[in-house]
Amino acid sequence: MWDRAGEGKKIPFIRLRNIKKTFGHVVALDGINLDVYPGEVTALVGDNGAGKSTLIKIIAGVLNPDEGELSLNGRHFQHLTPSRAIELGISAVYQDLALVDCRDVASNIFLGKEPLKACFFVDKKRMNRESEELLKKLKVSVPSVTTPVELLSGGQRQGVAVARSIKQKGRMLIFDEPTAAMGVRESAGVLELIRDLGDEGFAVFVISHNLHHVFTIADRICVIRNGRLVKDLRTKSATPDQVVGFITGTNRDIADTADIVNIKEGSITT
Amino acid sequence: MTMPRNTGISRMKIRLLPGNILPQLLLILLILIMAFFLSITSPFFLTWDNLRNIFDHSALYIILALGMTFVISSGGIDLSVGAVTALSGVCMAVAMQSGLGVGISILSGVAAGALVGAANGCIISLFKINPFIVTLAFMSLVRGLALVITGGIPIYGFPRSFTWWGSGHIGPLNPPMLLAALLTVLAALVLNMSRFGYYTLALGGNEEALRRSGVSINLYKIMVYLLCGATAALGGLVVTARLNTAEPLAGWMLEMDSIAAVVLGGTSMKGGKGSIAGTAIACLLLGILRNGLVILSIPSYYQYLLIGVIILSAVIFAEAGWGKGLGSINRKKERRGRTV
Ligand SMILES: Nc1ncnc2c1ncn2[C@@H]1O[C@H](COP(=O)(O)OP(=O)(O)O)[C@@H](O)[C@H]1O
Ligand SMILES: [Mg+2]
Repeated sequence: MWDRAGEGKKIPFIRLRNIKKTFGHVVALDGINLDVYPGEVTALVGDNGAGKSTLIKIIAGVLNPDEGELSLNGRHFQHLTPSRAIELGISAVYQDLALVDCRDVASNIFLGKEPLKACFFVDKKRMNRESEELLKKLKVSVPSVTTPVELLSGGQRQGVAVARSIKQKGRMLIFDEPTAAMGVRESAGVLELIRDLGDEGFAVFVISHNLHHVFTIADRICVIRNGRLVKDLRTKSATPDQVVGFITGTNRDIADTADIVNIKEGSITT
Repeated sequence: MTMPRNTGISRMKIRLLPGNILPQLLLILLILIMAFFLSITSPFFLTWDNLRNIFDHSALYIILALGMTFVISSGGIDLSVGAVTALSGVCMAVAMQSGLGVGISILSGVAAGALVGAANGCIISLFKINPFIVTLAFMSLVRGLALVITGGIPIYGFPRSFTWWGSGHIGPLNPPMLLAALLTVLAALVLNMSRFGYYTLALGGNEEALRRSGVSINLYKIMVYLLCGATAALGGLVVTARLNTAEPLAGWMLEMDSIAAVVLGGTSMKGGKGSIAGTAIACLLLGILRNGLVILSIPSYYQYLLIGVIILSAVIFAEAGWGKGLGSINRKKERRGRTV
């Protein structure tokens, strides 16, 4: 079926077994089995509507699966809640960003994790300072950390969402199209960050439409099509063409791929 | 990071005149204009007795509108506050009649209000029902309860230590004024500087974002309505003590007055933005307006008309007026200041 890339050496941070999810008549996920390992960047690719966002929402506890099981640290769960997922060290950047538009940058970055002083007052000074430092590190420029998020550009908003996921101090970080609205400089900053997080030992799970980005940062590429995980590859042993083939369904397995490559190169004689 | 390019005039304007203080400045201006007009119309207006009268009446509205500010900035609404005012007064009266101490009686009345608020919040958050319809039902239910408990007959005659809360003296002021002032300061601290306040505003802004950040939105919603029930009950204390009567029909239409004050004060009906100072100033404005109607001997029926017009104009103003215009100007300038 699929290669379990990376299995054997390391213990997975999270294991998904037979995850199913339907919305009315739409089968969004149809029995997903997937392990995500610490210390590597796993990319999830697939066409629009393949079920990528649904999958990460289930991992982050935002949605409950209809069937299946998630396990972390030997504990098994039918479903998670956002607070339980954050407790367990799962932080996510959602495709819709989940920002509170009318609140300022710092309040969004620290949402749910506001530091307190005197046990009652939110330590806004500290929030502002740490937000500035973090955004600088991410190479995201905003007019000020006290600007309401609704006044920011798409890329800046994504930067804020990424910063919040870092602030949640998870051990698994999920990014759903984190650079979709970003400019070149911001994208580069975030991609570098994602790569660094993987090298620092975090379990990184990233969704992207940009195969160039995927091949730059990912150790492993999982392809999802119509709610099924159809391929699980090491980036080293894959080519973009091959991955495109799996995404669109023109490639059924590695053997096909090899044939197509060979045909392209004209080395098959019949 | 602060952009060097953004330190020019646009930046200064944003800092000096943030869009969220403008409505309050406008209200103060309006108060001054009204005061000026009334003081030349009637020599009585600027006497201390009259001003004290205005403050005294505004105090009740402020107390109720503070809780309502939290509810509305969380994206909700509470139509039951007027009825809660009556019920809590009735509870206090029944407690005192049954021989309980004044302190315990007051506490029981406040607890009753908080309980109604918590019930509102529970139903709204757990069953995900529109707050308008839930609190509308509670408005009727709670009013009915107050009528059933009293049999429709007002209860009167309370100890001095209870009526002090309505008509006592503390220097030139009275307990309702001080209570209102104290609660205003507390509410401002809580809404702007506490986690509870942050989450109240986040609830109104994007409750799904708050939920995904791991915060229990049900708990905070319940707390917001509980707070509103409690402030309505404190309003009940003031009303009951002032009249020395627990009247099951007390607080009639008070929900309208407090919603009007909150909206007028610049709190957004969409949620996410709330101004405690604005609410307090708007209550004073409404107080002066009522006082003005009396001074100009305009029948009190016109108050209802006027409150309706005020709510409408405040909402239209906030939606289409300068608030939005200024916001978009700021937005353009901030966008220009970014580098990618
Ligand atoms: N909340 C929802 N209600 C109904 N259908 C949904 C919902 N979320 C996702 N879907 C459907 O599930 C499928 C997978 O969606 P999604 O996970 O967002 O895809 P992707 O992120 O891979 O583009 C799509 O057909 C989408 O229309
Ligand atoms: Mg998606």
